[in-house]
Amino acid sequence: MPCSCHKSQDLSTTRSCQPWWKSMACVLPALALWVLIYRHLEGASHVLVETILGLSPGPLAQALTFFFYDTPKILLLVLLMVYVIAWLRAGLQLEHVRNFLSGKRRLVGYLLGAVFGAVTPFCSCSSIPLFLGFTAAHIPLGITMAFLVTSPLINEVAVVLLWNLLGGQFTSIYLAVGLGAGIIAGFFMDIIRAERWLAPFLQEAMQTKQEIPEINETRRLSFTQRHVFAVREVVTIFRRVWLWVILGVGLGAALHGYLPEQWFAEHLGDGQFWSVPLAVTLGIPLYTNVTGIVPVMESLLLKGLPAGTTLAFCMSTVAVSFPELLMLKQVMRWQLLAVFVGTLLLIFTLTGWLLNTVYVQL
Amino acid sequence: MDIIIYGSGCARCRALAKAVETALQEMSLTANVKKVSDFKEMMAAGILQTPALSLDGKVVSSGRIPDANELRLWLTSKHG
Repeated sequence: MPCSCHKSQDLSTTRSCQPWWKSMACVLPALALWVLIYRHLEGASHVLVETILGLSPGPLAQALTFFFYDTPKILLLVLLMVYVIAWLRAGLQLEHVRNFLSGKRRLVGYLLGAVFGAVTPFCSCSSIPLFLGFTAAHIPLGITMAFLVTSPLINEVAVVLLWNLLGGQFTSIYLAVGLGAGIIAGFFMDIIRAERWLAPFLQEAMQTKQEIPEINETRRLSFTQRHVFAVREVVTIFRRVWLWVILGVGLGAALHGYLPEQWFAEHLGDGQFWSVPLAVTLGIPLYTNVTGIVPVMESLLLKGLPAGTTLAFCMSTVAVSFPELLMLKQVMRWQLLAVFVGTLLLIFTLTGWLLNTVYVQL
Repeated sequence: MDIIIYGSGCARCRALAKAVETALQEMSLTANVKKVSDFKEMMAAGILQTPALSLDGKVVSSGRIPDANELRLWLTSKHG
């Protein structure tokens, strides 16, 4: 980013360091460059593998071509989309979300909790402070849970990757399942009054009246301020996901080249009923970011693994992980933790079965 | 000046602590820097994302590491 003002400016205290057209003058050439690179990626990966590396067609060449095409393509898409979404989202903070959710009725709350979980960027290392902050603001446990479940499953990066690699139909299903899982899990938590299994100090906090902290008034952001914010988000999020993308595409590429075509179709393609719970269980010890799992999903589907099994496996991998559970253990008693995991596994399994039945042809 | 760094000891929290120390050194300022990893204290301060930074009791950033210039700006405004 050669020409930008983001290096020297503070978003909250500076109005704008440049008129909007100067920021545009920075964005447009970058966009043109982006399009140029994007359009030549596929050709370049073939040239690299076949001409420069001199590989003859075979599993290795196939895997490498896939890898050298998919990795930069996905990284480029991530750059673009994070910028666009961040530009639109500039100014929205978790504090706003919390204050907004704290006044909502339950049923609306589950939906909104899940939707906010989807649009706010979230790092799992923040799950405890977030959980505590929401609880202290008297947001019902179910709504917080809806947020916590949906947050890792859905984000702008994942949506773009899904759309690009797997098409609009699969993306819609993924989104519906992700939001649905959050809403149902949240609803269920409140039905069984799961808050009685929170850590004691939290139950206390829920009973005492605590003022919801005020937020500094946010002004309308100028074009340049949005640009600055978006560039910053791109840097932060890109740093966080690039390795996951490479690992994900690498694994996807290995499956692509080495696993025989239709291997899954032959072994699991009939959608044997036990394959779904097995896939979900396998997903617990495995852990990856949603960004890394999408290329793997693509490969699994291409090799003929039924859509329901694939989705169940991938969602379980992303939403349930040991590090996350260890962290949540600090604020939940084991009963609640068990219910949390059990509910999610059940939802993913049922979804997998349902999808395998109604969605045989992808 | 009282500076509090909230974080659970993750890599990004340490990075924030380092950035603050560097900024203070560069500006040759002295401050009372405290690191808080207790979740209850974070809850009381209304923090939702770590790492978070508070200057004289006011949370100025959370969920990210402010860049050096931003930090310098905040420290100057508190100091001057």
